[in-house]
Amino acid sequence: MNKIETKNLSLFYGTFQALIDVNLSVEEKMITALIGPSGCGKSTLLRTLNRMNDLIDGVRITGEVLIDGENIYGKETDLVLLRKKVGMVFQRPNPFPLSIFDNVAYGPRTHGSKNKAELEDIVEKALKHVELWEVLKDKLDHFALNLSLEQQQRLCIARLVAVTPDIVLMDEPCSALDPVATQRIEELMFELKKNYTIVIVTHNMQQAARVSQRTGFMLLGKLVEYGETRQVFTTPREKKTEEYITGRYG
Amino acid sequence: MKIRAKPHFSVSTQTQQKIAFTLLGIASSLVVVPVIVIFAILIQKGWPAINWQFLTTMPRMGMRAGGIFPAIMGTLYLVGGTIVVALPLGVLAAIYLVEYARRNFLTRMIEVAIVNLAGVPSVVYGLFGMGLFVIYLKMGVSIVAGALTLAIMILPVIITSTKEALQSVPRSFREASLALGVSKWQTIRYVVLPNALPGILTGTILGISRAAGETAPILFTVAAFYLPRLPKSIFDQCMALPYHLYVLSTQVPNVKPALQYGTALVLVGMVFLLNLVAILVRSHIRSRKQW
Ligand SMILES: Nc1ncnc2c1ncn2[C@@H]1O[C@H](COP(=O)(O)OP(=O)(O)OP(=O)(O)O)[C@@H](O)[C@H]1O
Ligand SMILES: [Mg+2]
Repeated sequence: MNKIETKNLSLFYGTFQALIDVNLSVEEKMITALIGPSGCGKSTLLRTLNRMNDLIDGVRITGEVLIDGENIYGKETDLVLLRKKVGMVFQRPNPFPLSIFDNVAYGPRTHGSKNKAELEDIVEKALKHVELWEVLKDKLDHFALNLSLEQQQRLCIARLVAVTPDIVLMDEPCSALDPVATQRIEELMFELKKNYTIVIVTHNMQQAARVSQRTGFMLLGKLVEYGETRQVFTTPREKKTEEYITGRYG
Repeated sequence: MKIRAKPHFSVSTQTQQKIAFTLLGIASSLVVVPVIVIFAILIQKGWPAINWQFLTTMPRMGMRAGGIFPAIMGTLYLVGGTIVVALPLGVLAAIYLVEYARRNFLTRMIEVAIVNLAGVPSVVYGLFGMGLFVIYLKMGVSIVAGALTLAIMILPVIITSTKEALQSVPRSFREASLALGVSKWQTIRYVVLPNALPGILTGTILGISRAAGETAPILFTVAAFYLPRLPKSIFDQCMALPYHLYVLSTQVPNVKPALQYGTALVLVGMVFLLNLVAILVRSHIRSRKQW
């Protein structure tokens, strides 16, 4: 069974249709990349997977999104449980204006771990996971917004890891970072893949080719092509995909 | 003539700029001057009256001698009571309007009402408070009635500034929190409110200053003309600084000016102190949270 499956998913912002009959299957413990020109609906599609679009007034959605076989747009969905299970990393690193420790502890704390030792343990594990522990273990009380952008993005990933999601959605997680930092975050993604199912939106085709095993190409709200990354990049089935990949587009 | 006017014009842009700066400078000093003058006169004429006894004893001889202790305490009680009512109510209303309410006809009406309430003259609040709390709800002329009246008066200030403070919290913070599976209420409680605190505080202090200084709303609802003792309960009347000042200045013959100026100085000083506390607390919070 696929981890995530969308069935005839359409999304309207008011009268504008931003997603048109999208059928996507995401496999477990793999990195799936979504590529496509600006405004084609990549972020919109990503945000339907943890229902972040619910925050926007006037959004209407038809079709289904199945996660582990359950329709998350069904009546019984608990948004809190859904988002615990499907976490998100944003384009701009967005740590809270709190200390490093409090940032990572924020999720577990609000979910009920009050015990100090337990929290310390969670924070250490999460920071180790994103390879920040060695650098920051003596600075846990420092202000998170003073970290470098790369460290902030790692911290945001650690904050997410601390609530033990199943799926991690990443919306252009490297677009605010320099090439070196980008490469190191990509290495981190490989690490994370062992435990998480990752869906990443990226503008950067080399990045999609480097990190992902599956790639979806979107154009004007449609999922034009979807398949193994190698196949999509070397022998695309659709002409539009080829044009985009070879740079004759957007 | 036109041709000659052109170079002349471009040369004078610097002069124009100088004139503009000078005018702007004069305008802003004109704003500051009255404040300084008022303070200078108050301090010069009121300071001699101020001593420990003045601040801590009851008025005597029909208020022509003695202190203003009950008026100070009365104002503190009123401000305290006002805040206890207006702060939670105002903040909750603002949270509802910003975070929960859908934009529709009703919420727009509420917002228009709030804006308009801010412009209602204070004497109208006074009469309203008398009608509703003192007479209809039978609270009598009392601290509760006065505090409730003042609370209604400052609600628009608190709601408006809290709304602005909530709206200024970056969307990315909310998204980050919600995306961690934190509920909306918890997000408001742990992310939005702490970051909106400086703005909420500013509004609250503005409200407090207004409540401490107004005479009209307390005139018919709580203020006692002459009550040389502390109130016994919240259903008792009390003296209050603004009304006491009014009484000393217009209702009692042969009061030493120093007494009047001293009372005014204490009132202005209290409001000033409240503002100062707010500014300090706010900048303290700001310095910890820079974004
Ligand atoms: N809140 C919104 N209201 C109305 N239209 C929106 C909204 N958000 C996005 N859109 C529109 O939906 C379309 C898809 O937007 P989306 O942000 O998903 O694109 P994207 O592929 O992520 O683009 P980018 O690469 O620039 O991030 C765009 O045409 C955009 O203008
Ligand atoms: Mg996007």
